[in-house]
Amino acid sequence: MTTRDITLIALFAALTAVMAVFPPIALPILPVPITAQSLGVMLAGGILGAKRGGLAILLLLVLVAIGLPLLSGGRGGLSVFFGPTAGFLLGWLVAAFVIGWLTEKYWDGLSFVSATLICVVGGIGVLYAIGIPGISLMAGVPISKAFIGSVTFIPGDIVKALVAAAVMVTVKKSYPIIGQAA
Amino acid sequence: MLTDLYIPGDSALHRARPAWKLALLFLYCTALFVVTHPVVLTVGLVLVALGYGAAGLTLRDAFTAIRPALFVLAIIFAAQLWLAGLAMAGYVTLRLMALLMAAALVTYTTRASEFTEGIIALLSRAPAWVPKDKIALAMSLVWRFIPLIRTQFDEVREAQRARGLERNMLALVVPLVVRTLKTADEVAEAITARSLD
Repeated sequence: MTTRDITLIALFAALTAVMAVFPPIALPILPVPITAQSLGVMLAGGILGAKRGGLAILLLLVLVAIGLPLLSGGRGGLSVFFGPTAGFLLGWLVAAFVIGWLTEKYWDGLSFVSATLICVVGGIGVLYAIGIPGISLMAGVPISKAFIGSVTFIPGDIVKALVAAAVMVTVKKSYPIIGQAA
Repeated sequence: MLTDLYIPGDSALHRARPAWKLALLFLYCTALFVVTHPVVLTVGLVLVALGYGAAGLTLRDAFTAIRPALFVLAIIFAAQLWLAGLAMAGYVTLRLMALLMAAALVTYTTRASEFTEGIIALLSRAPAWVPKDKIALAMSLVWRFIPLIRTQFDEVREAQRARGLERNMLALVVPLVVRTLKTADEVAEAITARSLD
């Protein structure tokens, strides 16, 4: 870990925090607004790679835990880790790591399509695989019911995966980070 | 400026050491989950209420802790009502509220800087393979970077608004990310130039 790696980790933790105040995207058919914050999770992995991306999200979660209101809607403090959706915060950490790992693996031929697939696998597949059992555990409902309750968020997450993939491909061309010796 | 959720006060809870409060919170959480019994839940709720009273906090502070989760709690209540009936729905929802309020109580009575000091104190006793300096550097950098990136985001948004692109996610994110990466290079160079690593 060089000083530059540490700086990148701190900057992406901050970037993901700032994404909480991005103007929410409203899709006409959806009851829930889409916040940009999980986009930051996808970008941390997809731009910094597995290790630095995962550490950036870990750093953000530590700041939230010690009482800074850095999550969307000004949420923060320990209570978000004891609420019904706490699993999704843990899921962010793993999602950023998995997205980073897959991006590193397929870096040489990275295209918009493969980047989208990577974001869907990590940012939706892995995230929900951890978040939904979390709801089930905290709320005492069966996993299938927790899944139905979470389905409304998936279209928004697909939009975010598409945006993240476009950013990943553009940044790879203009300012690549992963390709360099880490 | 970056502010935490701390609510000033001078109660015993405010003055207690963060590590003790955290330990109590985990104990509380475990007890409520391991023993599923109305008596335990009632005792738990009374304890939280006593805690808020002792810390000089109001009912409104307790509600602030639950408010962001209200939507999810309503869904859970409805799901439980349909699956297991009113008693279970009430129990599960009240238990989640108790946890949320208890966790928020620790956050309300502890400054972020107290936690940071606690983490640094822990680090100083950590084994040699833990990169203490780097963790401390990352934590101190991020405090400065959040306002910095917020400013950069406002600048990008202004520029894209002039182009009619302020609702275009890509037009906001790409310039912000590239600026962030450039900042990383500049800051890393500045730190290296001062021979801090």
